[in-house]
Amino acid sequence: MNKVVELNDLDGLFKDDLTIMIGGFLNCGTAETILNYVNQLGIKNLTIIVNDAGFNQKSKGSFLANADIDKMIISHIGTNPDIGKKMNSGEIEVELVPQGNLIEQIRCEGAGLGGVLTPIGIGTQAEEGNKVMEVDGKKYILATPLGADIAIIKAWQADESGNLIYRYSARNFNPIMAMAADTVIAEAEEVVKNGELENNNIETSNIFVDYIIESDKELL
Amino acid sequence: MSEVKSKIASRIAEEVADGDVLNLGIGIPTLVCDYIPDDIEVNIHSENGLIGLDREAEEGFEDKDIINASGRHATIKKTGSFFDTAMSFNIIRGGHLDMTVLGALQVDQKGNIANWMIPGKLVPGMGGAMDLTVGAKRVVCAITHQTKKGASKIKKECNLPLTAAGEVDLIVTELAVMEVDEKGLILKEIAEGVTLEEVIDKTEADLIISDDLKEF
Repeated sequence: MNKVVELNDLDGLFKDDLTIMIGGFLNCGTAETILNYVNQLGIKNLTIIVNDAGFNQKSKGSFLANADIDKMIISHIGTNPDIGKKMNSGEIEVELVPQGNLIEQIRCEGAGLGGVLTPIGIGTQAEEGNKVMEVDGKKYILATPLGADIAIIKAWQADESGNLIYRYSARNFNPIMAMAADTVIAEAEEVVKNGELENNNIETSNIFVDYIIESDKELL
Repeated sequence: MSEVKSKIASRIAEEVADGDVLNLGIGIPTLVCDYIPDDIEVNIHSENGLIGLDREAEEGFEDKDIINASGRHATIKKTGSFFDTAMSFNIIRGGHLDMTVLGALQVDQKGNIANWMIPGKLVPGMGGAMDLTVGAKRVVCAITHQTKKGASKIKKECNLPLTAAGEVDLIVTELAVMEVDEKGLILKEIAEGVTLEEVIDKTEADLIISDDLKEF
């Protein structure tokens, strides 16, 4: 099956009220071509799951500052003053989660786990709204699964069947998010024919990927 | 200010042992690298997904896919490796980091640390700071002793939202080196040219003066 599509083939997937997860850490490993396109679709009332708010004038940060977002589940917004303003004005609800808990919540969704017990956040505001459990005398937060309707992830290479290889520190949230959404759209810098990627090097199996978009080189 | 920063960073570098796996936060902690002697080999972990972080990339040699946790273009040692965020935080949470060095807004005599928000003013988020303070074997806080307005950052009890409770092991300021102990906060060293009275005067926390008080 050839999963490579053009951007406008994705139109039907994007509707109001979606929960979308976006891979990347600051300016690295985010699907800029796809985000740039989604921003033009005018969809509303989104819930966004992402590590950080990026830089406000650039790529992911610009998407987040301009999109119609109701809620963000995120570990860090300090690099993007636009998001801070929207949070303070009440325009966006921001749920801040420790980064390691956030990735475990996403991993739980993709791995069929009911949650993980994490010591991170005990004795802090991160406990709020979470169940705290004691095991052998030590307190843990129960971090529950976090999934999305759509994951927008970024790879370096993809084959037409959807196998993915990442590059250097551009992995970050991408391979984990690839397992945690109903529909997974992967952007790749290089798209090759099936058989051209070494089986031994594939990091995300094609079973997780629904659509492949080739990066616009000018947005890399 | 640069003198203050280098005083703190160079003292923290003395805490680093050969073979340590370290995570260094943004600001003064990053400078610690510059003071680690050449005969000590360390592995620097960066929470965005690598071990073996090296210096920032020189202009013209940046690779868009190699960054540090501040989002700046970096380089990696020949023996370094990359991984995803789940693995990166397994390393942190699983006790595989020998030391993390972090900045803070406040620390207190119980080893509490606050460095992720000022209610109503500044809410950057915790990022990986809660994970690092709980997960690392040793937590070293690199902090200037007082705020710009002259208030002590070394408190009896933090009044800002905590990053972690009771996790700080060592506090290094431009004036003092203090260790958090079951008994309280032990003043171990005072900076050259600074009097004990001055340190006590500028510290809100109760200090237990070490019998073996040294100068640094």
